[in-house]
Amino acid sequence: MSTFAHPGTGHADTDRSVRRRRIRQNWGNPWLYLPLTGCLLLMIAPFLWMLSGSFKPEADIRRLPPVLIPTAPTTANYSQLFRSLDFTSMFANSVIVSLAITAGNLLFCSMLGYALAKLDFRGRRVVFSLVIGTLMVPALVTFVPLYVLVANMKLTGSLVGLILPFLAGPFGVFLMRQFISTLPDELIDAARVDGCGELAIFWRIILPLTKPALATLGIIAFLGSWNSFLWPLVVAQNQDQYTLPVGLALASSGQSFTRYGILLAGAVVVLLPVMLVFLRFQRQFVAGIATTGLK
Amino acid sequence: MSTKTLPGRGDVHEPITGRPDGSAGRRHSAVRRTARAQARAAWILGVPFLVLFAAFMVLPVVWSLLMSMTDTESADLRTPLNVSFIGFDNYVRLFEDEQFVHALRNTGVFVLVGLPLTLAAGLAAAVALDRGIRRFRAVFRVGFYLPVITSVVAVAVIWKTLLDPRAGLVNTVLAWFGIDGPAWLADTRFALPVMILMAVWRNLGTVMIIMLAGLQSVPQSLMEAAELDGAGAWQRFWRVTFPLLRPALLLTAVTTGINYLQFFDEPFVMTNGGPLDSTLSATLYSYNQFGNGNYDMASAAGYVVFVLIVALTVLQFRVLRDKD
Repeated sequence: MSTFAHPGTGHADTDRSVRRRRIRQNWGNPWLYLPLTGCLLLMIAPFLWMLSGSFKPEADIRRLPPVLIPTAPTTANYSQLFRSLDFTSMFANSVIVSLAITAGNLLFCSMLGYALAKLDFRGRRVVFSLVIGTLMVPALVTFVPLYVLVANMKLTGSLVGLILPFLAGPFGVFLMRQFISTLPDELIDAARVDGCGELAIFWRIILPLTKPALATLGIIAFLGSWNSFLWPLVVAQNQDQYTLPVGLALASSGQSFTRYGILLAGAVVVLLPVMLVFLRFQRQFVAGIATTGLK
Repeated sequence: MSTKTLPGRGDVHEPITGRPDGSAGRRHSAVRRTARAQARAAWILGVPFLVLFAAFMVLPVVWSLLMSMTDTESADLRTPLNVSFIGFDNYVRLFEDEQFVHALRNTGVFVLVGLPLTLAAGLAAAVALDRGIRRFRAVFRVGFYLPVITSVVAVAVIWKTLLDPRAGLVNTVLAWFGIDGPAWLADTRFALPVMILMAVWRNLGTVMIIMLAGLQSVPQSLMEAAELDGAGAWQRFWRVTFPLLRPALLLTAVTTGINYLQFFDEPFVMTNGGPLDSTLSATLYSYNQFGNGNYDMASAAGYVVFVLIVALTVLQFRVLRDKD
């Protein structure tokens, strides 16, 4: 009504409030973008520094105070990195170890996870409590006996020694069991009525439905094994078994930081594969956490 | 939990397994047959995991406890059973060692300061992304999560150059404002706080992702009802959203707490516990004992951390569990 009484000002007012509401609808709170972008910059500053440093020529690295953007970007650090380390073998080791551990966890954890979520058997509670209880065990508690065990199995100095102890972890069971619990029982009952065998029910009906949880567990297992370095550092006995983080750790401990360009290039190379995996699957990953983590 | 009882499942089978004349005994045996088939399937599915789990988790956990009560050294590597039992001597020696007590204190400071900071930062990021903004959410989410997926070795390389007293980015930026930055990692006053900040940076993404999932489960209608009742944004958050986030908060508090009590990576790759043990943690102490060949002391120190983790987890469940 007031628009009729004061057409000019009233119109401008509604115009402005409409626009403001539209901005709020499309953008949310516009004032939040500035501080959030500041936070984002703080969070990724180390990565920008890494990228810029990895392309810096020798002259820039020696300069004080340091330059933020390389004056003459060069790939010399990368080519030197590939020449100085047995990069191909380390990369292959990292891929083999990570994929094996990921595959093992996906398979074994979903199998037991299904049994714990949907099948009745004696000892189910005990098994579940035992598995969940070990989530609290610090890695350093099992570290020493594991080392003695693997050494006596003559597995130090082989990739098997890097893989075997981590092929099936408790976290995966927890995750898969939580997710499978949310699937309707009727699905399984109906399959039984149709004469489907118990193992076939798991393989053909349940497993295809657990894709979001499998994606989440897959990413977590892959990231964990790709980035793990303490165990490989201790168990690998020569260059043939080094994984990328081990190679980078040894390279960085043996060198002074006057040549940090090469080390930063190494950091880029370690980070790049997991970043690609994460970017590729991040949607499923977030969805998987949303459906599994909160029970 | 799917604790549907067996008879319930048997009923579903009745139309097929039970014959038209369907005597009670017959139905009963059918139920027992599916029960047996289920149990057999469960063990077939469980055995591969349980074998690996028994060998590489249960055995080491028990072994470690026994080892902490013996005098096992690295010389016993090939004959691990040929050691003598000495009871709790190692634990007594541990608490008489000033270095270990110091390491425990560092770990305590790290957890007490780092844990609340990480939870608060992760929650703030999640709320800002979920409630605050609508565009570019994926960009912010990936950016905040990036440190989580980064190898700690890479993190160490990057942060060491960032924190380099003369050539590092941090002191360069401080110099723009006329501040003469310290040698962060070589200064007993700054080394531990820097580790805490690094840990917050590395872990807030995990908290954020779980909190985001929790926030999405808060029904929109509830928020609208609260708004109609005249609740401001601040009140809506503390009175409506926050209580509903309790499961997510519990989960992140427990997992981050378990992580933080094992505070190891940062000092191991950045300072090796120095300067003057100012960043030495309990787990790093344990690892150093392992490196020196004192497997017994390493296990005992590991078990002390284990007990602390159990205690913290129980405490968190008491405080944060749903009251109803």
